[in-house]
Amino acid sequence: MPGGPAAAVTARRRYPVTVPVQSVYPLLEPLLPLVRKPIQYAGGELNSVVKDWDSCDVRWALMYPDAYEVGLPNQGLQILYEVLNEQDGVLAERTYSVWQDLEVLMREHSVPQFTVDSHRPVRAFDLLGVSFATELGYTNLLTALDLARIPLAAADRGEEDPIVLAGGHAAFNPEPIAEFIDGAVLGDGEEAVLAITRLVRTWKAAGRPGGRDGLLLRLAVRGGVYIPRFYDVSYRPDGTISAVVPNRPGVPRSVAKHTVTDLDSWQYPAKPLVPLAETVHERFSVEIFRGCTRGCRFCQAGMITRPVRERSITAIGSMVEAGLAASGFSEVGLLSLSSADHSEINEVAIDLADRYEGTNTGLSLPSTRVDAFNVTLANELSRNGRRSGLTFAPEGGSDRIRKVINKMVTEDDLIKTVSTAYASGWRQVKLYFMCGLPTETDEDVLAIAALAQRVIQAGRAATGRNDIRCTVSIGGFVPKPHTPFQWAAQCDHETVDARLKALGAAMRADRRYGKAIGFRYHDGKPSIVEGLLSRGDRRVAKVIRAVWQDGGRFDGWSESFSFERWERCASAALATEPVDLAWYTTRERGYDEILPWDHLDAGLERDWLWQDWLAATDASGAAEVDDCRWTPCFECGVCPAMGTEIEAGPTGKRLLPLSVVDGRSSGAGQAPAIQSLAMTGGAG
Amino acid sequence: MRFASHRDIARAVERGVRRAGLPVAHSAGFSPHPKISYSGGAPTGAASEAEFLEISLTAELDPDVVRDRLGSSLPEGIDVIEVADLAAQAAPRLEASEWQVVLPGVAPDDAIGAVEAFLAAEHADVERLTSKGVRRLDARAGVVSLEVDRRATAEAPTGCAILRMVVRHMAPAVRPEDILVALRHMSALEPASPPLVTRLAQGPLCTDAAAASAGFHGAAALGAATMAEAPRPGRRDAEQGQVMETCLVAGDATTAGTAPASAYEQLPRGAERPGEAGCAREPDERDRPNARDRATEQRVS
Repeated sequence: MPGGPAAAVTARRRYPVTVPVQSVYPLLEPLLPLVRKPIQYAGGELNSVVKDWDSCDVRWALMYPDAYEVGLPNQGLQILYEVLNEQDGVLAERTYSVWQDLEVLMREHSVPQFTVDSHRPVRAFDLLGVSFATELGYTNLLTALDLARIPLAAADRGEEDPIVLAGGHAAFNPEPIAEFIDGAVLGDGEEAVLAITRLVRTWKAAGRPGGRDGLLLRLAVRGGVYIPRFYDVSYRPDGTISAVVPNRPGVPRSVAKHTVTDLDSWQYPAKPLVPLAETVHERFSVEIFRGCTRGCRFCQAGMITRPVRERSITAIGSMVEAGLAASGFSEVGLLSLSSADHSEINEVAIDLADRYEGTNTGLSLPSTRVDAFNVTLANELSRNGRRSGLTFAPEGGSDRIRKVINKMVTEDDLIKTVSTAYASGWRQVKLYFMCGLPTETDEDVLAIAALAQRVIQAGRAATGRNDIRCTVSIGGFVPKPHTPFQWAAQCDHETVDARLKALGAAMRADRRYGKAIGFRYHDGKPSIVEGLLSRGDRRVAKVIRAVWQDGGRFDGWSESFSFERWERCASAALATEPVDLAWYTTRERGYDEILPWDHLDAGLERDWLWQDWLAATDASGAAEVDDCRWTPCFECGVCPAMGTEIEAGPTGKRLLPLSVVDGRSSGAGQAPAIQSLAMTGGAG
Repeated sequence: MRFASHRDIARAVERGVRRAGLPVAHSAGFSPHPKISYSGGAPTGAASEAEFLEISLTAELDPDVVRDRLGSSLPEGIDVIEVADLAAQAAPRLEASEWQVVLPGVAPDDAIGAVEAFLAAEHADVERLTSKGVRRLDARAGVVSLEVDRRATAEAPTGCAILRMVVRHMAPAVRPEDILVALRHMSALEPASPPLVTRLAQGPLCTDAAAASAGFHGAAALGAATMAEAPRPGRRDAEQGQVMETCLVAGDATTAGTAPASAYEQLPRGAERPGEAGCAREPDERDRPNARDRATEQRVS
């Protein structure tokens, strides 16, 4: 729409059209000896891809807005990187947040934000896709944009700036960063990035009709992308939202999430990135299913990734085989939100353990429920290799609070489970809890101490030994959008800290258990900031910008997080608004209030969430909701809304042993087994 | 690779060995790990064209097969040059290293003056911050030869000087960076940006070259020498020797009949061939950093 108001804005900021795209490495290299862990900026990972710039017409920069060591293993980014690079004429490179030592030097020496693959400047790309696993990466987005010399505000960007898209779980409420992004993609990215790529390609081929604005409109109307600028948000005098209204014809009133239905047709990562630098996860991970219908009320991931879609046992087997051959990793993680819930997990565990017996390949189930069956599984998986710790997540200390959050585990279940674990030879179990849950009292938290002591008693009884341990790990609860707790008042950090202090004292009080129980927790302050960013609206952008300008970086890292800074910047930035930090966090919302993300559709019926919220907080005791995989449908709304159903096995198939192809090996022992693994997997 | 630490390289090699499907021996115990050992990895920030490591195998393999399979399984920037069977031939003696150091922004004449002053001194004490605190060492004591490489300097883009040195392996280890610190102290030699250090060769030290301190001849002899093994003095050596022995024993025990095979390898990680070294590095034709340089911290696992 030439001549329109948006076009007039962009026309003012036109940049030279032909900027030769060169590597910034000659500028960067002299700086690297001066910074910590320079290898993280060097790229060159095994299985990374560098394509010819000029032979591609759609170019993506994919960013994980945290340090390389955290961002590189991220599954989502690796999947999209591979999916995009497999396409002809499409190029994807990765960029991560640079630590502050390098940021300072980059500013001093005018080095822009770069991709690690070929050190091209991020601003040269068509699209910058940023994956937000957590809201605490928002300030890092601003650093990257600023270093890339891309205007922070989407409204200030010109024709030569990339389209900045947010994805990941935090994108289900992108309103706090609406000012800084051009669009947000909700849900599974595999098909969405390809759809976006096609739209960008045809738009470029057609001579970029309508310019940047024209492309954004195409993405909004045909690409299923949420474009914040096409929605006007108005507020009531009390600060609540009065309406969210599309301001362009053709733009949907509500934007739906993307859902991949058949996981078996998306077997990624197939060629996992293997870094030289050390990262937080040094293993090959296979997502064995996506989605979860356990219905834990605090769990945003479980709500927004519905329905359950399983990967078949045969696809898991071939992915593990190919991934190990391509990477050389010695550990395999079977990922999902609750891995033991796969309909054929028993067969998967036994068959994989059989296949890799004697190869020093570790197998692990990172996410397990409190269930004795899981211990059997863990036993099976670790029979060949390393035995890592066992972690269970009862989440709440008392049976009462566990009913509130719909974590259907009784104390007796837990004791039975840990007894099995200790009896099977584990010396240490880790228990994960949350503090600050809705309706929580001091007693609910103190119950954690009693529970931990019972766990130790059970362990000592089961093993007849005194040297067993358990570690209690506690995180602060943050109410998240698209969950039944989206209306809840977040517990203030003073209360959380007081309860944690009392709990620590209670655990140390009994000398018989003191040394056997480890206690790890974070104070309640970071949770408040996370709460602000999770349930914030567009006005929170001012706070994020102020914090960033004040030096806020890497908020997910305790050494760089400053609550004082967030508090101070929030009160200054929101001074002219009828809202403040407490209004966004510790205030309970009502049914009629328009929530900032109500126009974004995760597939869940709002009324179903509300009924579940009422069930959780029922004064006569919370009602439990079972898993719809094994009980009738509870009508959360996902299946009809998405046109998808639960895609679960069993398939009845089994994994065959990997055949020994290498004729040179003779006899039994570990050598032939290792060789067969590589040979049949076609190791390069 | 220049920015990879010793541990980074070790992880990459472990994975390369798995990808290559080599029948590597594992240690026994609760958490088995592959038996791969390293000697004298290049230090912080240095590239290398001559690193050595030893892999214990549980089956006999032709050294060339090991070289090809491992070479194609390692990340770009780590190349396997040579593999030798330690059951068939002795390991090379690693007594000294030859280094090239590019000093950006240093005039060749200033470098020549500084080198002369350094060589004329009897001692050149420098301090280095290690994990165990500040350590004092004599940088002069380790230097067999040191000179400005006039030809390379002349061929390089203007505005830099290129040094060549042969440094004896000793305890405490004298590193090129220690020598640069001494040059800075003695002659105020200050590069405009961090120097680019590359290990060109490791090998036995030619004694007459050492005695004559003739530098370049010594280096040439060293560079051309067949690599032969010499354990460095100190505790680490004792450990390494033990590891080697254990490997052989383990090989015998697990392979029942097959001869134990040990491979000794040279891994070059040079940024460029010496003649091509320049001050301002150009990205290679793939528009990516030359991943062939290496190292940050040196830690032997």
